[in-house]
Amino acid sequence: MEIYILLGFVLLLSIFLGLELIAKVPSTLHTPLMSGANAISGIALVGALMLSADGQNQSILAFVAILFASINVFGGYLVTNRMLSMFKKK
Amino acid sequence: MEFLNNLATLQNLVYIGSSVLFILGIKMLGKEATAVKGNYLSALAMFSAVTITCLNLEIDLKIIFAGILLGGLIGSLIALKVKMTAIPEMVALFNGFGGLATFLIAWSSFNDFNDVDNNIFQHVLIMLTVYIGGITFSGSLIAYGKLSERLKLGKGSWITNIFISFFYLSMPALIYVIFEPSLSQFMPSIPSYFLIFLGLTLIAGVGFVMPIGGGDMPVVISLLNSLSGVAAAFAGLLLLNNVLIVAGSLVGASGLILTVIMAKAMNRTIGNILFVGYASASKFSSSEKQGEVNPITADDAYLILENASSVLVVPGYGMAVAQAQHVVREMGELLEENGTEVKYGIHPVAGRMPGHMNVLLAEANVSYDLLAEPDDVNPSMDSVDVAIVIGANDVVNPSATEEEGSPIYGMPIIEVHHAKTVFVLKRSMSSGFAGVQNPLFFKENTRMLFGDAKESIGQIVSEFKD
Repeated sequence: MEIYILLGFVLLLSIFLGLELIAKVPSTLHTPLMSGANAISGIALVGALMLSADGQNQSILAFVAILFASINVFGGYLVTNRMLSMFKKK
Repeated sequence: MEFLNNLATLQNLVYIGSSVLFILGIKMLGKEATAVKGNYLSALAMFSAVTITCLNLEIDLKIIFAGILLGGLIGSLIALKVKMTAIPEMVALFNGFGGLATFLIAWSSFNDFNDVDNNIFQHVLIMLTVYIGGITFSGSLIAYGKLSERLKLGKGSWITNIFISFFYLSMPALIYVIFEPSLSQFMPSIPSYFLIFLGLTLIAGVGFVMPIGGGDMPVVISLLNSLSGVAAAFAGLLLLNNVLIVAGSLVGASGLILTVIMAKAMNRTIGNILFVGYASASKFSSSEKQGEVNPITADDAYLILENASSVLVVPGYGMAVAQAQHVVREMGELLEENGTEVKYGIHPVAGRMPGHMNVLLAEANVSYDLLAEPDDVNPSMDSVDVAIVIGANDVVNPSATEEEGSPIYGMPIIEVHHAKTVFVLKRSMSSGFAGVQNPLFFKENTRMLFGDAKESIGQIVSEFKD
């Protein structure tokens, strides 16, 4: 029970922090920011790695979760990087 | 340093470090000078969090490596091969995959978890994570289908309506599954209710996104992006993992801000965009103020441009469709060589995702200091000799400022109608996504250049070269 209150605290503070950090972003960066944030949401990979693997069904679920989270992570960071490399001042 | 021997402690310390890097990374992503570095920092944070997690695992390492290698390969291939013009749908697709991963995490946790009475929190979190993750997944797939124009179904079709009903049905279903452990003491539980719920959330996601389309896509994309973060944060609560919570919340918050910015740029509320849409608003359009349009040829347009001292280019979704960004850049450069001052006026919701026009123009090598927001260009619009509107419609519609009954009244626009001359490049006289007639086309200072934007501008460019 206490752990949920503690983690709920972390959750709330992080949301406020996120809102403060990104309140004023130039519209040029909207797409890279969204794409970069999208890559970060691939953090679900860490969650997928923590799953149990008791039995075949659970192993399959874990594998598919890892697979798709990895696509999200690699694809997300690479697309963001590619996009940002185009935003160069001449 | 005895505590370092304890793996769980070490893991948590690394998670704290990762969280800090994620925070710094996303902060730096929000500034032009530091954005690239910010992306690297966040990738480093991801790498450390994943690596330290791998040191203490229940799953077979073979499964992990197979999953990460295969996923990394597929993700990298898509990311490196995809054309920059297909970025909106790629972002939607990756986003959906993240949602799927959280959906599966919650599913697996449910299978793993038998002792309901002890932990009602865990049960609630599983259901919420399934719901948000599932809607993010199938909703993003539909957004992908719409953006890549593979899916044409929209509002009004009976198939869409069926999916919408499932979306509304999913809300009481969510409440039911959350309270199922308590309810089952009074009434028989529905057999395999969890599996039914899994399927229902996926169908609900389809019903959530399917009726929304066209110019509202930027809002949907940012909202789905936000939801994928929220789902990850809930999964973090479920697994008692703080780095998931921090990273997920950051994504959720940033996506929410983008969503609000997009909705403001359309002068509408998020609820109106999601659940009402333009179709019902356009009924109220009374504007029958038709008149004569003045067409112009590319030759004449060239003569006017040659003598202009300042030009403002306003691109919209039409430029993306015509793939005209490269010729636009070429025209801009030729104009500058000719001594003309060239700027690009970018409306926040022009295109199909936040910043869509910026990406296209960046791809075509337009320097980003030439790109200006509506507030920067509107005050000096009187001194602009020629405003060239390329495939944009609603974002330059003067009804938004002049006509109170109009459904888009109050939406901030780029006020090109105050420029001395306006060229509108358009394929035909059809109205924009909002279904509202655009009085701009009938103004005295407007000249319509009909035809494919790429060809029309190509003609102007070749005239300049001669």
